[in-house]
Amino acid sequence: MPSALPSAPAGTLYRGRDGMWTWVAHRITGVMLFFFLFAHVIDTALVNVSPEAYNTALETYKTPVVALMEVGLVAGVLFHAFNGLRVVAVDFWSQGPRYQRHMSVAVVVIWVALFVPFVVRHLMNAF
Amino acid sequence: MSSTVSDSTTAGPPPAPRSRKARGPGLHPEMIGWLFMRLSGVLLVSLILGHLFVNLMIGEGIERIDFAFVAGKWANPFWQFWDLAMLWLAQVHGANGMRTLINDYASRNSTRMLLKAALYTASFVVLVLGTLTIFTFDPCAAGSTLSVCSE
Repeated sequence: MPSALPSAPAGTLYRGRDGMWTWVAHRITGVMLFFFLFAHVIDTALVNVSPEAYNTALETYKTPVVALMEVGLVAGVLFHAFNGLRVVAVDFWSQGPRYQRHMSVAVVVIWVALFVPFVVRHLMNAF
Repeated sequence: MSSTVSDSTTAGPPPAPRSRKARGPGLHPEMIGWLFMRLSGVLLVSLILGHLFVNLMIGEGIERIDFAFVAGKWANPFWQFWDLAMLWLAQVHGANGMRTLINDYASRNSTRMLLKAALYTASFVVLVLGTLTIFTFDPCAAGSTLSVCSE
């Protein structure tokens, strides 16, 4: 008799709403920023190796491919920054939990308002 | 299945949560960490957005960043301490965030200990290297072509 029962528990993945996805995105962008900081401190430390070493490393940052990665980095920075302020507001503002979804919308609006001008300006400089 | 549920060693009333007093005086270390994430986060928003604006948006942005640009900024103690504050707050904030992720996702004790050892080592290296970079910087190091160095 073919079994209709699943071999493993099904449906255990928590599928939350916007609050869960902002939480997930906050973690992913946080890890991204952690590893960038590690690389950025090392590339900056090259100023004490020699001027040429630093300038050579910085030329890499000005190439189109890395300029696009910087766009991704700033996208992450802006989300992590404003979603972080939303978390602070939820924790410390008496009306925070009531307005947390409104604040999620505000995070997206502010993100677009800052990210779009950044992309235009940065790609104008880098290309 | 259902008959084995009551067989569990966890049967019986759950233990009472420890009272605030039972934890001892002062802030719990995890509470300090929680508070630090929020305080440092608020400061980092201004520090990092200011850093990005000054370095990438003004003038020719990233195109003008080179040894001379760094020398110009670090000639001013304002930017030295801006960068120092950003370095320490971001690295401690990031390390505490990564510690949280390790606790959440690494289930084996040995894996957690290994990852945390790597995390704390990397964080120590970044803090020491970054701090030394800011304060031992020599704009007239060998190979510098800055005009102030030839006078």
